[in-house]
Order: sequence, then structure tokens, then C-alpha cells
Amino acid sequence: MGRFRRLRESLRKTRQALQSEIQATLFEELNDETWERLEEALIYADVGARTTAQVVEQLEREVTENGLSGGQALSDRLVELLTEIADVGENRIELLAKPTVILVAGVNGTGKTTTIGKLAWHLSRELDRSVVLAAGDTFRAAAVEQLELWAGRAGVGFVKGQPQADPGSVAYDAVSVARRDGADVVIIDTAGRLHTQDDLMAELAKVRRVISKQIPDAPHETLLTIDATTGQNGLRQAQLFSEFVAVTGLVLTKLDGTAKGGIALAIAHELGIPVKLIGVGEQLEDLRPFDAGEFARALIT
Amino acid sequence: MFDSLAEKLQATLADVRGRGTLTEDDVNAAIREIRLALLEADVNFKVVKSFTNAVKERALGADIIGQLNPGQQVIKIVSDQLTELMGGAARELSFSPRPPTVVVMAGLQGSGKTTATGKLARYLREQYGSSVAVAACDVYRPAAVEQLVKVGAQAGADVYEQGTERNPVEIAKWARERAVAEGKDVLIVDTSGRLHVDQELMAELAQIKNAIKPHDVLLVVDAMTGQDAVNVAEQFASVVDFDGVVMTKLDGDARGGAALSVKAITGKPILFASTGEKLDQFERFHPDRMAQRILGMGDVMTLIEKAEASYDQEQSAELERKIRKQEFGLDDFLDQMRQVRRLGPLQSLIGMLPGVGKELKGVKVDEREFDRLQAIILSMTPQERRHPELIKGSRRLRIARGSGTNVQAVKALIKQFDQVRKVMRQVSQGRMPDLGALMRQAR
Repeated sequence: MGRFRRLRESLRKTRQALQSEIQATLFEELNDETWERLEEALIYADVGARTTAQVVEQLEREVTENGLSGGQALSDRLVELLTEIADVGENRIELLAKPTVILVAGVNGTGKTTTIGKLAWHLSRELDRSVVLAAGDTFRAAAVEQLELWAGRAGVGFVKGQPQADPGSVAYDAVSVARRDGADVVIIDTAGRLHTQDDLMAELAKVRRVISKQIPDAPHETLLTIDATTGQNGLRQAQLFSEFVAVTGLVLTKLDGTAKGGIALAIAHELGIPVKLIGVGEQLEDLRPFDAGEFARALIT
Repeated sequence: MFDSLAEKLQATLADVRGRGTLTEDDVNAAIREIRLALLEADVNFKVVKSFTNAVKERALGADIIGQLNPGQQVIKIVSDQLTELMGGAARELSFSPRPPTVVVMAGLQGSGKTTATGKLARYLREQYGSSVAVAACDVYRPAAVEQLVKVGAQAGADVYEQGTERNPVEIAKWARERAVAEGKDVLIVDTSGRLHVDQELMAELAQIKNAIKPHDVLLVVDAMTGQDAVNVAEQFASVVDFDGVVMTKLDGDARGGAALSVKAITGKPILFASTGEKLDQFERFHPDRMAQRILGMGDVMTLIEKAEASYDQEQSAELERKIRKQEFGLDDFLDQMRQVRRLGPLQSLIGMLPGVGKELKGVKVDEREFDRLQAIILSMTPQERRHPELIKGSRRLRIARGSGTNVQAVKALIKQFDQVRKVMRQVSQGRMPDLGALMRQAR
């Protein structure tokens, strides 16, 4: 295990050095090692091998073909390339429809309920919209209670079903209540599920169908929560959830740790799904709109 | 678990396996593929580097020993190196000679601590007959206490909770005293999820550890974690010096490279694997077998253990007698299918079979098919179940109607049953059946 003990020490250095290294790297003489280190930096941010290779190749090509040179120019161009990739599609959430129906899905533990709680608070307290939350996670122990506490904090409407009730029926009830009361937004929580569980994914698709039957354009927004610490599996998550419920945007959660959430870049690049919201902490105001440029800069600094 | 990594390594080494010699170019090509596969599997890039360097060193300098050709040699080197990295044999919790054994569960938000707490409680009750209590020290996440109360009850553990008003360190102390007073064998302390960079909460975790002196602190790690797994593991190691790891969400299709990274970086063993939403989907983590599995050799031992745990010895002796005497009938067939079902979803069982994983991956097992088969068998008379050869024309039609299926389905079932009976006779005569061929037929 001697090798790994050495590795442990080298890693500690890596983390501290890596960020400044990217910048420094681009200011040095450009050779294979430079590009390799740049690759490693992006890999380290969970951008993934494929997207990383393309970005670095592009930058390398521009250096040879367009005579791009100088550390600052290279570094700026890198951020630009990353921003272009991250900036796909519509990254705002439209609230024109009344009620606007937002369906929230994702793998277990990615932060769905917390995201919904914060989103409800923003919509209600800052944008002055009337909101109804639907406790569609009828599976996990105490998930309904968790959402109910959030509804209380945000001062918004709350609809729940019987324990183990069909989540489709909860969604149905919530949309009905919202229409009856003239609410502006309905946000539907769903149980966390692995994208590989076909029966649970089919259940999710059914929730979506139930909503569409009530309001043909709905859900107007289908958000997928992705934990920023997630590695390459995030791509599979986005792909499969999209197949079942046509995901319109990501919520990239838990960006307040050391994880960079580079997987969102791979998802934007390969699947064209934009990030719409980011979660950067426990506080209510820590749910924020996504800014592609800021995200790109953070990836490499 | 790790299916795709196994596939990739298999594909890479298939070429090498087909030939007798190994050049430096071969090694380099294999290394490139291994590197990419490991990166795609979220193994930390530094770990990948040192892993592939070690493999290369050993592959190039290796003596060709005994029966192995150079290709096999590379597979063996990768396997050995992987096993070494994953950390030798399976390990258990360190039970205290003076109960209660106290275990603290720690980890990031959403890694699955509360569920893992319930699963571990159930596991210890089932495996060791321990009396277990769980303590609810997550006072921050809304409704976390309620969740543990429910999960704990399902697991058959006493739940020690004091709501969310008290300080978690105080609750932990109180829970420990209560576990001593009530003579519990094990106390599992669920803590709130915290970020490894949150100094205040990390300090609180250290305080809990100091206050109750647990025998084991377990770090709960999501199998889908990316490169950041090393930061998390290192931080938790430096603040609470945890003793082992529980990998969760291994039932998904994440390649689980985080397991390798965490082990390589901290040197801490992975003790348990959590493989589903149900409380019994929790098992001891077998690093050596996992390495074999990564190389596509299947996790046969895990399957066998699972089967042993849920299979009744007496039933098995009776079955053996029947097979020997060739009295194995459709009733027994149905019984067998029910036994297999108790092991877990068929989909996850197939993944554990050696040599079939790759072929059958993506083949969806229709669990309802089982219900149809059951309906057909239950529509037969006892006489017919013992002697399926009696089932012809009108009987077949009656059974099809009775079970709401059709004549073809009844025919197919009897044909399938005949094949199973044939295989069983082979096994009882000491010949191993070709599992791959059997699965193909079943398809």
C-alpha cells in the first residue's frame, strides 16, 4: 500500500495546487503535459472524459490554427468554451400559465424536497405568487411531514394523500385544488427513485400523464435534481429521467461543498438540458438562478 | 454493481485474452482503456494514475508463470491490483466485549444515513440476534426524526429520540446511557447529514464522537459520487477518523468508482453495501469478490450466501431426495420459483451470475411472468402437478381457461419444466449445467 500512501499526500497538494495550476499552466510553455494537466483539472471537476477531451482539443486547435496565445487569452477562451457548452436552451422558469405546474423528480437524496421548499418560499414571499405543494412522495418514511414543514415555513397551500397513496392521485388533487382556488403555481414533489427502476420510472411517467390530462400543456416545467457531488452516473440519470418524463431543466444541488458539479456540463453538452437553478447552501436564499458564465469560471478556479 | 466497468475491461482484455503473447503496445493499449474505463467509473484521476502505473509495471516485468498465457497474466495482475486496492478480505464491525457496541453513522446530506441505520439495525438482528437501539440525532433536517422512528420500527429496533429541541451531543449521551441501562447489544446513532467543509457541524460530529466513544464510526458514501469522494472521505477521516465505509445506492447503474477512491485515499475498509430500497437489501461488502466481479467473473459467492440465508435446510434436503427419486413435480417447481423470488428482484439476481451478466444486461425480466406461471400451476389438479405428462388436449384447455392464459402458455410452461427437471437430474448426478444456455432458453 506504499503507493497509495504517497498518493494520499500528493492528493492533498493536488487540491490546493490544482486551481492555481490551471491558470499557471496556461501561462507556461504549452506542451503535452500542459494539455494533460488541463484535462485532469476538468476530469477532477466531474466534467467527464468525453466532454473534457472535446473542450481541450478545441482549445488546442485554436492555439495552433488561430495562433491564440498568451495565458490570459487562453484562460478567457477556455471559460468562453465552457460557458457556451453550459448555456443551452431556456434557462428561466416561465410562470405565465395559471396555474403553472412544476414537476420535480430525481434520484434519492439529491434534494428534491428541500429544493421545493425553498422554491415555494421564493415564489410566495418574494414574487408574491400563490403556491400549492403536492406531497407526491408517498413512499419514503416521513417525506410528507418534511414537505409539510416546508409548506408551513413558506406559508403556502399543501395537498397530501393517504400514506402509500398513488402519487398520481395526489398530483391530480393538487392541480384540482390549485384550479379551484386560482393558485399561480403548483409544485409536485415525487419520491426519489433510481433511474434504473423501471416500475418506479413508469409510475413517474404516470404522474406526468395524470397532470397532462387535466391541463394539456402541463407540467410546464419538469425539473430534475442532480447532486453536484454526482459523478458520471448523472448523465445516465438525466438521460433516463428525460425518456420517462421529458425533463426541461436541472436543479444542481449541494454546490456549497467542494464538488464543482461538472456533470451538469456533460449533461448540457450531450443531452442539451439546461441548468435552471442551483443550490448553494442550507439557507432559503441559497437557491439561485443559474449563470452559465459564473458556473464555467467556478469549474476551473 | 460496477456492471459497465466489468464490461469495459472485458472488452479491452478480450483481444489480449485471444492471443498468446503480449507486447508493450498491447499493455499500453490495455492501460489506455483501463484508464478511460476507470475515469468513466468516477475513480479519482490520481488513483487511476497510480493504479494503471502499477498494473503496467507488473505487466511488463512479469514472469510468465505456469499455466497462464500473457493475456491471462494481465487479467490476473489487474485483478490482484484491484483486490489489493479494494482491501483484502471482508470485514465486520468490531463488537465490544462489553455491550452495548456503539456505532455512529456519518456522511453528507442525502447519502442515505437514516436508511442505512435502519438496514444495519435489521442486519445485526438477523445475523447475530442482537437487540438493537437506534438514536435520532439528526435534529436539523425537517422530519428526519419521524423518518428514523418509522424505519427503526420496521427494522425491529428501539428508537431513542428526544425530538429536535435538544443538542445532538446531549441526545447521543442520553441514548448511550439508556442503551446501557436497557442492556442493548448495539446502539446505532444516526447523525444529520453535513458537508465536509462545514466546520461547525464537523466539530459537532467530533464532539459526539468524544462524548460517547463509539466502537465504530461509519461513513456513508453514495455509490454515485464523483471525483469529490476523496475530499469528503479525507475531511471526515481527519475530523472523526472513521473506521469503515457503507456504500449506498449500489443497486443503480453507477459504476461505483468512489468505492475504490475512498479506499485508496483513506485506507479505511468498506464494510457494507446497500443495494435497494427495502430494509433487507443490505449486505457485507466483499472487496475480493468485488474485484472479481469488476473483471466479469460474477459475484457468485454473494448469490450463494443470499440463497443460504433465505433457504430452509429441511426443504432443501427434501428437494434433493425428490430430485434423486425423480419425483420432482410442478408443485416443487412452483416452490422453487417462490424461493428464488425471495432472494430479491430477478433483475438484480441475474447481475450476480457469472458469464451471463453481459448478455442479459438490458433484458428486462418480467416479474409478472411469474404470476402467470403460478396461475397456470394452481389451475392444475394435484395429480397433474405430479405427472405433467398427463396434460393433453382437454386438460390443457381447462388449465388455460382456469388460469386466464392460453394453450400455448400451458404448453410452454410444461416444456420449460421438463428442461428444469433435466438440468436438475444432471446436477444431482454431479454434472454442472450450462447456466448461460439455460438462461438463453428461458429467454
